[in-house]
Amino acid sequence: MTTPVESPLARGASEQLLAGWGRTSPTLARVEQVSSVDEVRQVVAGAGPRGVLARGLGRTYGDGAQSGGAVVLDLSPMSDVTLDPATSTVTAGAGASLDALLRIIVPTGFFVPVTPGTRMVTVGGAIAADVHGKNHHVEGTFGSHVQSLTLVDGRGDVRILEQSGQGEEFWATVGGMGLTGVMTEATFDLIPITSSMISVDTDRTKDLDDVMARMIEGDDRYRYSVGWIDSAHPSGRGVLTRGDHAPAAWLPAKRRADPLAYGAKAIATVPPVFPNGLVNPLTMRAFNEVWFRKAPMSRRGELLPIAAFFHPLDIAHEWNRGYGPAGFLQYQFSVPDAAGHLVGTTLDRLRAIGAMSPVTVLKRFGAANPGPLSFPQPGWTLAIDVPAGVPGLAQVLDGLDELVLAEGGRLYLAKDSRMSPAMMAASYPRLGEWQRVRDRMDPNGVFTSDLARRLSL
Amino acid sequence: MMDALGEPQSVLVLGGSSEIALATVKALPRARLRRVILAGRLSPALDAAVADLIAIGISGVVAESFDATDTSAHAEFVDRIFAAGDVDVVLLAFGVLGDQAEAENDPALAVTMATTNYTGAVSVGLHVARRLRVQGHGTLVVMSSVAGDRARRTNFVYGSTKAGLDAFAQGLGDALHGSGARVLIVRPGFVRTRMTAGLDEAPMTLDPEDVAAIIVTALRKGKETVYAPGPLRFVMMGLKSVPRPVFRKLPI
Repeated sequence: MTTPVESPLARGASEQLLAGWGRTSPTLARVEQVSSVDEVRQVVAGAGPRGVLARGLGRTYGDGAQSGGAVVLDLSPMSDVTLDPATSTVTAGAGASLDALLRIIVPTGFFVPVTPGTRMVTVGGAIAADVHGKNHHVEGTFGSHVQSLTLVDGRGDVRILEQSGQGEEFWATVGGMGLTGVMTEATFDLIPITSSMISVDTDRTKDLDDVMARMIEGDDRYRYSVGWIDSAHPSGRGVLTRGDHAPAAWLPAKRRADPLAYGAKAIATVPPVFPNGLVNPLTMRAFNEVWFRKAPMSRRGELLPIAAFFHPLDIAHEWNRGYGPAGFLQYQFSVPDAAGHLVGTTLDRLRAIGAMSPVTVLKRFGAANPGPLSFPQPGWTLAIDVPAGVPGLAQVLDGLDELVLAEGGRLYLAKDSRMSPAMMAASYPRLGEWQRVRDRMDPNGVFTSDLARRLSL
Repeated sequence: MMDALGEPQSVLVLGGSSEIALATVKALPRARLRRVILAGRLSPALDAAVADLIAIGISGVVAESFDATDTSAHAEFVDRIFAAGDVDVVLLAFGVLGDQAEAENDPALAVTMATTNYTGAVSVGLHVARRLRVQGHGTLVVMSSVAGDRARRTNFVYGSTKAGLDAFAQGLGDALHGSGARVLIVRPGFVRTRMTAGLDEAPMTLDPEDVAAIIVTALRKGKETVYAPGPLRFVMMGLKSVPRPVFRKLPI
C-alpha cells in the first residue's frame, strides 16, 4: 500500500524504530550507512537539530545506541581488519564485530584483549561502552588495551586520539557512549594464544558466601573468572567457572594438528512469537535448577572452545525475544569490596517481587581506568536480567540505586534504561569533568542519544 | 524520555485545569517526572492546578497561556514547548460541554463547542503530532467521549464534536503508526467533574481518579483506544446496533 499524500507524519523509507537489546523504549531515527571517514564527516557537518549517533550491533540493553529523530550511523562497511602479528596488535574499523574479528585472528594465534558475554558487538561499541569481560580483575576493560583511535569530532574534524597522548579526550571517548564523536577505527593489543581452547575449572557453589569467598581467595590464580548465580534460589547458590587459554600442548593428540581451529555459530534464531510472562518465577526456578544440577560439583582442566566459554548466549540469535514484547532490562552495578552484602540484598529484593532470570552474573572487578565514565571499579559487580513488566520493579530498583549510591557504587550505562539523572550525577562524580571535555570535542552538541537526553549527560 | 519501565520525564497538558488531566498527571509514575506544563487560559483554576501538583511533590510544574480556539497561535506555542525539550506525554484534555437545549436555541453556543472541542483539537493535535514525529517518540492522549460513539437526542451537539475529534484521533494514530509516536484515545462515560455538575448521573459513573488510573494503565500497555470504565466498550457496541426508531426513544 502506498501513502496517497506525501505525509509529514508517516515513517520515511530510511527511518527505523530502534531499541536496545532489552526492547523497551523504541524511538524512530533515520539510519544512514557510511563507508568512509569522509562520509562520516559529511553527515556530521550536515547534522540537524536532533543530532547524530553511531550505532553498532545494538547490544546495549537500554537507550544508549538510539536517538529519536536523529541520524543514526551504521558503520558496518567500515570493518577492515589489519593484523600486525609482530606487535600483537590489530587495527580494525569501528564497524567490525568481535565475531568477525575472532574469525580472523584466532586461527592466526591471537585473541581479543577483552570480550563481553557476547561477541556480537562492534569495536566502536566496545570502546564507547568500555566493555569488560571475565578477565577484568587482572586485565581491565577493553578501552585500557586501545593504543589509539580515529574519531570524527563535533566540528567534523578527524582526530587521532592516543592513550599516551591527549589522554583527556581519549579517556572521555572510552566509556563516553558515543557522545564525543564518531569513532571510525581503533588500534588495540591482542592476546597471543597457541590454541583456541580454554582450560576451565568449574565449581558448584552452595551459597553466596561460598562463591564470594572462593572468588576473593582464588581469582588471582585465573585470567578468567565469572560466577553464575541461581537468582530463583534463596541461598544464592551457583556455578563458578574460571580458566585461561590452554597451551597447544594440553590439547588431545587428534586436536593438536590444528590447535587454533575456530568455529562459532548460532544454531537457532529465536522467533518473535513469545508472549510476555514466559520468564516467571515458575519457569526460572525450573531452568535455574537444571542449570545448577548440570554443572559438575568440581571439575578441573576441562577444555572448552572459546565460544562455549565466553559466549554461550550467542548460540541463539535474537534470544531477547524470549522475554516477549514488553521486553526486559539488566540491572548491573559495581560496588567496592566493603559493600559485597549488596549482592545478596539485590537478589533478595528482586526475588521478593518475582523478578528472576536465567542470566545472573557475579564478577570481581580489578583496578579502574582513568575514564571518567568508565564503569568498573575495584570490588564486585552483579548483573541480573529482569523482565520489564514485573509489578513494583521501578520502586525496588530505585531503592537499590540508593543503596548502591550510598556505598560509592554505580550502574553501567551500557545496561541502564531507567536510572534517574540525579543517580547518574551522584554516582559518577566525574561527570562534570567529562562534560567539559565532551563540550570541547562537540561544542555544538551534535552527538546525542536517548540515554544522553534521559540522564542529562 | 520515557524510560524502560514507562516512567515519563515530561508531560504537556492541553486544558491544564481539566480535572481528568490533573488526576492523570497525579496518577502517572512520578519518580522521573521533571517537567509538567499545564496549558490553558490563565485563571485562578489553572494557578490552583499548578499549586496542587507542586504540593504533592511534582517538580518543574509551570502554567502556560493557551487558547484552544486561537488556532493561529498553535504552531508557535507547540514549537516553543518542544524546543525546550522532548515531551513524552501530551494530554489533549480541553473541551466544553454546553447545554443541549441552549445550543439548539443559540447556535453561536454550538459553534463555540465545535470550535473548542473539534477545530481547536484538530489544530493543536496536528501541531503536536508533527513535533512528536520529529522527536521520534511520545504519546498523544486524546480525551474523546462515549458521547461521540453515537449521537443522542439529548446531547448531540457535544456528541458530534467528540465524534469528529474521535475520528480525527483514529486517523492520526494510524498516520503515526510506526513513527515512534502514538495516539491513545480515551472514551470516558459519565465522569463526576465541574463540567457535569448538576447533571443526572448515568450508570457506570466514574470519578476523575478512576479515569486517570485507566489512562495510566493504557499508556503503560501501549493501548490505542480505551473506554472508561472498560466494560462501556460493550455497552456502546450494543447501543450502536440499536435501530434508530428505537434508539431515539431510549431514555438516555
